[in-house]
Amino acid sequence: MKRAFLLTALCLGLAGPAFAAVGAELPGYQVVVDLTNRASLQRGAKYFMNYCLGCHSVKYSRYSRIGEDLGLDMEMVKDNLIFTGQRVSERMEIAMAPDEAERWFGASPPDLSMIARQKGATYIYQYLMTFYADEDRPWGVNNWRFPYTTMPHVLWREQGLQRAEWKDAENGNGDKKKVIEGLTLESPGLKTPEEYQQLVVDLTSFLVYVSEPARLTRERVGTWVLFFLLVLGGFAYFLKREYWQDIH
Amino acid sequence: MKAYFDGLIGWIDARFPLMRLWNEHLAHYYAPKNFNFWYFFGSLALLVLIIQIVTGIFLTMHYKPDAELAFASLEYIRRDVPLGWLIQYMHSTGASFFFIVVYMHMFRGIMYGSFKAPRELIWLLGMFLYMALMAEAFMGYLLPWGNMSYWGAQVIVNLFSTIPWVGPDIAIWLRGDFAISDATLTRFFALHVSAIPLAILALVMLHIMALHEVGSNNPDGIEIKDHKDADGKPLDGVPFHPYYTVKDIWGSVAFLFLFALVVFFAPEMGGYFLEPDNFTPANPLLTPEHIVPVWYFTPFYSVLRAIPDPQFGALAMLLSILILFFLPWIDRNPVRSVRYRSQLYKLNLLLFVVTFAVLGYLGFNAPTPLYSELALRFSEWYFLFFITLWFFSRPRRNIERLASLVVVLGLISLYDVVRMEPGHEMLVFLGWLMPAAFVAIMFLGSGVEKLGRDLPVPDRVTE
Repeated sequence: MKRAFLLTALCLGLAGPAFAAVGAELPGYQVVVDLTNRASLQRGAKYFMNYCLGCHSVKYSRYSRIGEDLGLDMEMVKDNLIFTGQRVSERMEIAMAPDEAERWFGASPPDLSMIARQKGATYIYQYLMTFYADEDRPWGVNNWRFPYTTMPHVLWREQGLQRAEWKDAENGNGDKKKVIEGLTLESPGLKTPEEYQQLVVDLTSFLVYVSEPARLTRERVGTWVLFFLLVLGGFAYFLKREYWQDIH
Repeated sequence: MKAYFDGLIGWIDARFPLMRLWNEHLAHYYAPKNFNFWYFFGSLALLVLIIQIVTGIFLTMHYKPDAELAFASLEYIRRDVPLGWLIQYMHSTGASFFFIVVYMHMFRGIMYGSFKAPRELIWLLGMFLYMALMAEAFMGYLLPWGNMSYWGAQVIVNLFSTIPWVGPDIAIWLRGDFAISDATLTRFFALHVSAIPLAILALVMLHIMALHEVGSNNPDGIEIKDHKDADGKPLDGVPFHPYYTVKDIWGSVAFLFLFALVVFFAPEMGGYFLEPDNFTPANPLLTPEHIVPVWYFTPFYSVLRAIPDPQFGALAMLLSILILFFLPWIDRNPVRSVRYRSQLYKLNLLLFVVTFAVLGYLGFNAPTPLYSELALRFSEWYFLFFITLWFFSRPRRNIERLASLVVVLGLISLYDVVRMEPGHEMLVFLGWLMPAAFVAIMFLGSGVEKLGRDLPVPDRVTE
């Protein structure tokens, strides 16, 4: 009975809830985020400030927090990461007005403070990797991960332009439909495909970090807490055994 | 030194019943010596309550109960308050662990018949505690003001509007507005940090007082007070202090180890404890794809969704909680512990656990036709558990077995005929086999001597 109960609880825990996002997962694009790789996070911060912060705020984080966590002193943050004349203690906000942004792009660019906690690292990585040329879209690009995205391909100079390879496929109802088979690089960018991939990994890692800065510390602190509890548990167990040995 | 200490105790004792309380509730309170794993969860519930109160007090110092500021203040706690992330994760993880612990505690009570005479009041007070805990968790879940907080509260408050005649007015009264808004947030905050915690503390005190009046049950479900030595001490009992205090310390540390694993390494618990949709602020114009409550409410949410009509669905959900209150009067079989109950009772209890887990799983997922059918069938199993318990209360004659089967299955079939839609006949028929098999096995099987007979209960506790 007890075993069956625990087993049920376990099965329930393993069968994850279905948190669907727009578009489908792309098995060909997988990312491993390593938050202990400080150089990668620093590069990610640099790319983010240069390419993203013009339109996307990170309004729940302060510049100083990023400097502290990524091992940059405040002078460096001020000289290299802040382009808006803000102070390091201020939040990473943007000047673009949301209603104007909506007029220009069709949707106001979302705040990215917690994007990795909402959508996951894989989503961000796949989104940034899979822009492709599409003449029918206002910005000349479409996205495999998030079809009909309203965001232009901001990193096109780095990546170059990809072209989609289409194929015929049947969906469950037997209807024929064109789907993307893969993307090929049509015109190369400033970076090689490997370099661009690293850039996206760096950006993804930065966004994972910034959505939960405490993650850098909590796992380190947690290890010590578990160690302490293990030792305390040993003492508690033998204390209990000592008292209970004369019962029965 | 000892003389000074004794002097101090004496001074207090002359003015306050310190030693009397200590002896009555700890040093001279005799508990059965055969408590097993399941008996940790009472003291663990107390531990989690303390964690929630202490972390809650610290959260209140930084949190802003204001629709404009609440979401940002939570991120401020997680990012800028020193160790704020730790306090916040302890509180959010604590909420889920509270329910894990309480569900284990309740299951223990059902499994060993701890709700039966003379412990009905302990069970009732515990059920009131459970209701208070659900209210506390529900209101606390609105406070982060994330999008799932908002829509979850919307759905639950709307349940009240299904009450005939006065429902819509009650919903407005609860919200303080026509929609979930700042008014709702501030009143939920007030209730979450003061009114309900006070009720919980009072109920915990009553729950423990009632327990210490009659004494604890045990895995064998027999009274240790029936066998006392010459001094009037139970032969199978040990003083709570030091035996169970040291044992519970060990249990608490083991529990805290698991708790710390989640707090430090998986505070979101894969989206079960902190949901992804709640990392975006409340937005009345953006409905999440699936509105799901947190995992500890999903079994009841499944019962709600199992019946398409909102009024009857809400009624079924209410009933699925309320029926637990009446357990002491539903199951009147004098054998308390599962150890000495019939094979069929054991199967019934096992299926109840499975049913609860499956309902929880279904509540987390989108209601496809198959899942809706399953939710209905498992909801039927949920209620059949109680009907079967009542049936097993005493030996039954064959005519009673047959009559019960016909009545129960007839009602279920009648509902199936009423709700039948063209194109779903096969699904409904296959689903019908579930309750049919259940009642056939339980009601007819109890006629088989080997399956339906309770075992002899020993005189003294085992081990």
